[in-house]
Amino acid sequence: MKTLRQLAQELEARGLSAEQRRVIEYELALAERSGAADVHLPGPAPAARSLYSYVDPDLFAQGLPSPVASMVAAQSLDHLLQRDLQREQDGFPRKIRIGKLVKPGRDGDDKVVVIPTTVEEKLIHDSVPEDEEGEGQDPGEGGAGEGEEGEVIGEQPVREEQGGGSGSGQGQGGAHELESTVYDLGRVLTEQFALPNLRDKGKKRSLTRFAYDLTDKNRGFGQILDKKGTLRRVLQTNIALGRVQAGAPVDAGALMVSPNDRLYRILSREKDYESQAVVFFVRDYSGSMAGKPTELVVNQHVLIYAWLSYQYQNQVETRFILHDTEAREVENFQSYYQMQVAGGTQVASAYRLVNRIVAEEELTRDYSIYVFHGTDGDDWDTYGEETLPELEKMLVYASRIGITIAENGLEGSRRSEVEKYLTKSGLLEAKKELLRLDVMSKDSTEARVIEGIKRLIS
Amino acid sequence: MELISQHAKRIMEGCKERARQAGLRFGDETLEYIVTNRDMVALGPKVMIPTLYDYWVQDVEVLREQGRYELYPNNPYETVINTRPPISYYNDNNPDWLNVMIFYHVIGHIDLFQNNLFFRHTWDYDFAGRALADKRLFAKLRSEKGRWVDYVIEFARTIDNLVGYFDLLAETDGGAKGGRPLSLLDYYFDIFLQRGPKPAVSLYAKEIERYNRMRREFPEDGELRFLKSVTEKHRELEALHAKKVQEKQQVGRTDPLRFLMEYSPFLNREENRWMLMILEVIRSTSLYFQPQIRTKILNEGWASYWHDTLFLGDDRIRGHEVDYAIVNAKVTSMPRVGLNPYALGMRLFQYLEQQADRGRTGLAYFQTHDRRKRQQFDRATGQGRDYIFHIRENYCDSMFVNQFIDQDFVDQHRLFVVGKRLNKERMTWQYYVRSRKAADYRQMVADSLYHPPRVEVRVDENNVLVLDHQFEGKPLLRDFISGVMLGLEYLWGGEVHLYTSVPIPVKANREDDGQVREETPKRIIEWKRFRYTMKDKTLARTLAE
Repeated sequence: MKTLRQLAQELEARGLSAEQRRVIEYELALAERSGAADVHLPGPAPAARSLYSYVDPDLFAQGLPSPVASMVAAQSLDHLLQRDLQREQDGFPRKIRIGKLVKPGRDGDDKVVVIPTTVEEKLIHDSVPEDEEGEGQDPGEGGAGEGEEGEVIGEQPVREEQGGGSGSGQGQGGAHELESTVYDLGRVLTEQFALPNLRDKGKKRSLTRFAYDLTDKNRGFGQILDKKGTLRRVLQTNIALGRVQAGAPVDAGALMVSPNDRLYRILSREKDYESQAVVFFVRDYSGSMAGKPTELVVNQHVLIYAWLSYQYQNQVETRFILHDTEAREVENFQSYYQMQVAGGTQVASAYRLVNRIVAEEELTRDYSIYVFHGTDGDDWDTYGEETLPELEKMLVYASRIGITIAENGLEGSRRSEVEKYLTKSGLLEAKKELLRLDVMSKDSTEARVIEGIKRLIS
Repeated sequence: MELISQHAKRIMEGCKERARQAGLRFGDETLEYIVTNRDMVALGPKVMIPTLYDYWVQDVEVLREQGRYELYPNNPYETVINTRPPISYYNDNNPDWLNVMIFYHVIGHIDLFQNNLFFRHTWDYDFAGRALADKRLFAKLRSEKGRWVDYVIEFARTIDNLVGYFDLLAETDGGAKGGRPLSLLDYYFDIFLQRGPKPAVSLYAKEIERYNRMRREFPEDGELRFLKSVTEKHRELEALHAKKVQEKQQVGRTDPLRFLMEYSPFLNREENRWMLMILEVIRSTSLYFQPQIRTKILNEGWASYWHDTLFLGDDRIRGHEVDYAIVNAKVTSMPRVGLNPYALGMRLFQYLEQQADRGRTGLAYFQTHDRRKRQQFDRATGQGRDYIFHIRENYCDSMFVNQFIDQDFVDQHRLFVVGKRLNKERMTWQYYVRSRKAADYRQMVADSLYHPPRVEVRVDENNVLVLDHQFEGKPLLRDFISGVMLGLEYLWGGEVHLYTSVPIPVKANREDDGQVREETPKRIIEWKRFRYTMKDKTLARTLAE
């Protein structure tokens, strides 16, 4: 943490406004209070099993299927969404949510997402927030067996891989049994929420994959008769035989048809040409991102990922990058999703890392590259002196850079640093086709998040 | 869904006989169904009630990130439902011995459903039949009113966890509605003197003393004289008392659904009266489920006690003891960490039976303080069975837990409260034995019981509906407030206010210059009363005090 403090002092030496100092101090304070070197916890505390979750069928091993699996919409998704749209027209907020839902692909398969979900709001008690040690007013759990008071009876690694979760950042777990592919979610988003299709899908690249298609033509036999082609050949033959004269009316009944004139389409192996994309998801996980901003950013990134998967027919590679004052790449969406916030903020570090990865792996050659960055807009690099050059480098190769600023509301409604220096740099105007910025307040709804995606990708 | 085979049914009739001999009491008729995956598709979302009304949320996965059981105060996915006759569900390929075991368990549940006084309001009708009628009613309304039916269902369901279950119990108990009328004297001592955050005990004692003195000095009209002196001193007293009395006379004071049905100007308009039917259905459905969630430990403990007792005594299934032991261990073993209601409830029943067998339930035992004498205390009354039957009839979870978990029980089963803390060096969550005291264990169990917030309803000037959330040391889940109040505004037809307490962290660890002190002080919370206002579908929050 010393380095963080040193960094802050360096910045201080260069001069800071009162407001910037306040933000920096706030993040420093958060970071230092946690005290440990590695302050980003990869997930929330494990939740206790509710006493009401013990039920007969489970325990008696009757093998009855879980009723949860039966929640697969008996009504079609389209119907549900239609109903939701109707709600809006009737003056009530939408209820069906899409995208609160992540199950990271193990071994790279992207089975990820649950589809329609909702929550029935009721007045219920919330727990009093715990402090960092997880001690709080937590009543504890039951236990039985040996052990003195105070004795540790077991431990559970914090980095345990868990099933997906509904929360994000600091949200809570709870595996979702339902699965659907990201691809489906992308389709739903594209169709139901009128997200645009990609105009330019980048350059095509042949893969060692084949599709079987009725594209080849064959004379004499085949699967489907190509009527137009056949007629054309019949005419050619008859012209050659002199049975059809220019100017004279054609008597179709008198045409001769040779077996060889029949033109068929035949099933054949085709090399598949596909475009590929690599998407960098970059998330600010500094201390000021706590709570809502993180949730918004992560939600938006899930949806963007889904949409791109659909657009690229699943040929999307994803890279996940988290940054505070330093950037690091994490393996999967899970970590990206659940890693908790702490530390200061330097956007440049993340952009530098993206640039390095792209350069080292020569990604520009084969891929369309997308970068989506979510932040609360705070940056210790107040004027973007380091960030902007990195961003410009990125603009050279990227197909689209989308920056989402989810305001943390820490300092009222003033514009954040990132927003300020981006606007000032003129890049937003000059590279309009490549660089997009979306600023949303921390109270934004799901609909606003999707609206934001439109802005970033249209 | 098809009925279980005649062969299996015959076995189950045998189980009933044996259960009756052991003292369980239940109706003659039961229905047992075989369920397949396909049946579960229909049953699951309808909490195993095949005839429950249709509602679109049943078609959508419901987010369970926040306390599922707080939201749904019923036991979904149980093997047996409390209908007339009770219906239980079995898998197609269960072996006979497993069906027998399950059926004994089911009989335990049925016995509790039909004898526990907390279920009394469900005794007089068949819920499956009633639900079917409700389902048809909704279908008919839908054909007339379209999607508005679903909106009303949705809004009614936002408060269906706040039904006045205990009012209903009090009424079915034959007691006068609302109990004794509130006299001015009661009001003065019980409410007026104790208002405010810190009522002065000395003042209260002084007043009691003064009252008693007056009664002594003027045997005929001492009370009147006292009241006269009091009303002269506090001129507002009588008006406040009158207001309180009036409030108490209103129905549904802690039952927003009933309150709305009774007093909502919007719902009682001629063209909206159909909505009342929906509210009534939602309310009665919710009331039907209330006792179930409040007797989880009792119910599962009772059923486990009986399947264990009856199965092992059943001569027909000799040879399956080992199979049985495996399944039974899964059901009724105490987890190292966790709270298994089957295990806890069964052990508590067994413990109480032993205690009562030795007569350790009366005054004589509790007045014995000598440890050795206590250990040897045995009156050999043999009242154990009777005692636990008495408990199954008269108790619910919170009474069961608070009254009977004592140090002997905790020691006997080596129970403890588990704490959890983060070890930053090893990056692990550590579980440790936090306490082995009965009081702590009891508190821990009591805290994990279902407990919906208590909300009092009244109407303010300007016809504003006011919900007053009684503070019990917990905040309301803020994310949900907006949705609930939106629905209430619709059903009330006007502005709605909600008063609740919110924890505000006190920033003790930050000084003015933003510097942080070296050590990390314990976080302090301060509770502040806030008012949420829902008007024209917009929610606002203001500090109320």
